[in-house]
Amino acid sequence: MMRVTRRYRFAASHRLHSAQFSEQENRELYGKCNNPYGHGHDYVLEVTAAGPLDPASGQVVHILDLDRLVSEQVLRDFDHKYLNADLNEFQTLVPTSENIMRVIERRLQTHWPESFPGKWPRLETIRLRETKRNLFELRP
Amino acid sequence: MLITRRAEFSASHVCSQPQLTPEQNRQIYGAAANPSGHGHNYVLEVTLEGDPDPATGMVFDLKKLKDVIQQTVIEPMDHRFLNHEVPPFDKIVPTTENLAAEIWNRLQPHFDSARARLRNVRLYETEDLYVDYAGNPS
Repeated sequence: MMRVTRRYRFAASHRLHSAQFSEQENRELYGKCNNPYGHGHDYVLEVTAAGPLDPASGQVVHILDLDRLVSEQVLRDFDHKYLNADLNEFQTLVPTSENIMRVIERRLQTHWPESFPGKWPRLETIRLRETKRNLFELRP
Repeated sequence: MLITRRAEFSASHVCSQPQLTPEQNRQIYGAAANPSGHGHNYVLEVTLEGDPDPATGMVFDLKKLKDVIQQTVIEPMDHRFLNHEVPPFDKIVPTTENLAAEIWNRLQPHFDSARARLRNVRLYETEDLYVDYAGNPS
């Protein structure tokens, strides 16, 4: 068993604001991230696939297929977008890094079998770096 | 406790299977199938696991770890064309996966003491692509 990790980048803006709280509560909860005009980050996304080493190809995962999947399911919709306005999922969901991870996970899991129809490789970990100091990790 | 030592080497390679056509290799490996080869600055992270020796306060002598990595990996692979100069890559494809497994196999015999064992090999082919291997291919 081996794990292969690929790093991707997207630049996006967001605003943290929950309809369940008052203006004042939102400001207290999210601080600067509640700024009404939004703000942006250069997000770094790491996707780890795990599986046995295929002796013929010497590969665990066909990187070109992984790139295509992440590009079509994540980067195309997320890169250079205002997440709150441009993505359906964030019409009802606050685009915190935690929620962004859940959306990315759902998108990748849903379309994973189209790219990787066999038992392996499987999606093992997703990591999202919002800034140098904030790293979020999800194991489906 | 885990301790990790990082080392770098630069090498060139071609990813292709001799029994496939150039077109098929291109589909599997993309630009990495270019027959003339191309190179990377590989970054290797070797992680050992163990309890610190109560007398020395060390899991493993880091100088010794550096020497093992140097002798088994860096000297034979640095500034080499892997397919032509570093067996077994005359016979198997030098993908990052195969290279990580080969490095594991070269390092593993040096860390079979009761105190420290080889826990993980992480090999970065580029900043954006790395492989983790902890033994036991399946």
